[in-house]
Amino acid sequence: MAERTQKSKTTTNRDTETTAEAAPAVTETGEKLKAELDDLLDEIDEVLETNAEDFVKSYVQKGGQ
Amino acid sequence: MALTKVCGIETEYGIVVRGGDNNPVSASSMLINAYVAATNRERGRIGWDFEDEQPANDARGFSLDDSLAPEVETMLVNAVLTNGARYYVDHAHPEISTPEVTTAREALVWDRAAEEIVRASMEHVRTLLPDGGEIIVHKNNSDGKGNSYGCHENYLIAREVPFGRLASQITAHFVTRQVFCGAGKVGCELPGRPDDHVPYQLSQRADFFEEEIGLETTLKRPIVNTRDEPHADAQKYRRLHVIVGDANMSEVATYMKVATTAVVLAMIEDDALGDDWLLGNPVAAIRQVSHDPTLRQTIMLRDGSRATALEVQWGLLERARKYEQSHGLGCVGDDVAIDVLDRWEAVLGALESDPTTVAGQVDWVAKQRLVDGYAARHDLRPGSARLKAIDLQYHDLRADRCLALRAGLDTMVSSDEVTAAMTEPPTTTRAYFRGKCLAKFPDEVVAANWDSLVFDIGRDPLRRVPMMEPLRGTADHVGTLIAESQTARELLERLGQ
Repeated sequence: MAERTQKSKTTTNRDTETTAEAAPAVTETGEKLKAELDDLLDEIDEVLETNAEDFVKSYVQKGGQ
Repeated sequence: MALTKVCGIETEYGIVVRGGDNNPVSASSMLINAYVAATNRERGRIGWDFEDEQPANDARGFSLDDSLAPEVETMLVNAVLTNGARYYVDHAHPEISTPEVTTAREALVWDRAAEEIVRASMEHVRTLLPDGGEIIVHKNNSDGKGNSYGCHENYLIAREVPFGRLASQITAHFVTRQVFCGAGKVGCELPGRPDDHVPYQLSQRADFFEEEIGLETTLKRPIVNTRDEPHADAQKYRRLHVIVGDANMSEVATYMKVATTAVVLAMIEDDALGDDWLLGNPVAAIRQVSHDPTLRQTIMLRDGSRATALEVQWGLLERARKYEQSHGLGCVGDDVAIDVLDRWEAVLGALESDPTTVAGQVDWVAKQRLVDGYAARHDLRPGSARLKAIDLQYHDLRADRCLALRAGLDTMVSSDEVTAAMTEPPTTTRAYFRGKCLAKFPDEVVAANWDSLVFDIGRDPLRRVPMMEPLRGTADHVGTLIAESQTARELLERLGQ
């Protein structure tokens, strides 16, 4: 357990340093991720079953292990 | 030293018929028959041979054969494929058992091949259905209404390992590995709890486990399953039948599920894991871990102390690092040994600091991103049917509907490799002998199962070739022999049969 605690502490220090130097890049990455998610949600709107509620309701799978 | 971790994955798929009779048994048969008929190199008429199947034998040393009905239904479709896999109807689901392989990477390749075989089957069966009719298959483990179906893994273990120690020491990994290989689920199916008891959880399966250990697979499911049916020399081997896992859409998750489990089992086999991570109440713990996407809650250890699932995983990883130093990781395969511990450390570190950074690798994180994003966009309440539809459609194997295919998941194997594995067996196990004999001598192989092939070579009695050693019958052993034999009779003569 001791080794692990040390390890995660090291990781945390490293993260803190990079965050301080690269704050604008982080924001850019955040915006890029948000744009990607928006595109993905657009796509889900297109391919999601039109009668999603019925599909979910009728989805019954008996006799499994 | 631990045995080579021969392993395999068996997946029961969810099945729905649209525009036809929604009978899952006949739909599963149709699906498989359509594939077998369309791919004429696969001989569906080659029967599965049940002679050596003993699903009622218990690893704790007794048999329930007298009290349990046989689990196998022989009249149902049961095909053996040239890639060494078995494609069959199990209860009311289509199921594919991959061929035996020797590494997590190979398990991933043939698991992906199984997925593509199901996708191809859906295409082939469409032509047999009335206009607008289709059979839809999901690679998931729950219908959201309290019914579950499995994705089982199997690992070869030395018979001399005491089963009690194996069961108690592997439990911590089975309860906590879901942090990186849970497939995610909207809602809760715990008996007696409302669906919205948990809006979102890590695992499809955790709600269905009611016992720590036992023989059952369809009710009162145990975290450690005791089925003692090695499909190999029972004096030397066990097959640990693992029923606790989720079917994964993420290739990385499938790989990590099998690779880390193989490592932990090797440690137990070499008695190098120890009893530091025994759990106090595994059944409560598997649910607690699944129900906590923050990954912050603690579970109780046997000694009364508490740890988070991640802390248990860090502890197992630390042991694995030491085991690598003392024993090496050769038994999980060199190409897996080279990256499994680093990948394990990376995914635990990411889950600890910011799970969203592993949305390309961990199914429950990838799915949660879609569910939460969609809920925010459309102002949906937790448990809304449209969020459940997203959950379901994440696992939909139709390429034009599958949300996992759109979620930006990382890949580890090429599509060429997967396509080849739909028809070619692995070269590293007896599955090579099974698959190659089926491909070359389809008229002479009359029955097959995991540990034997039965040939009919004319007037003589049928010849059963036993394959009790999973690592015999590889390409190295029999590749030239099969290639040079013009007939099955010649092959059997050269094998000394």
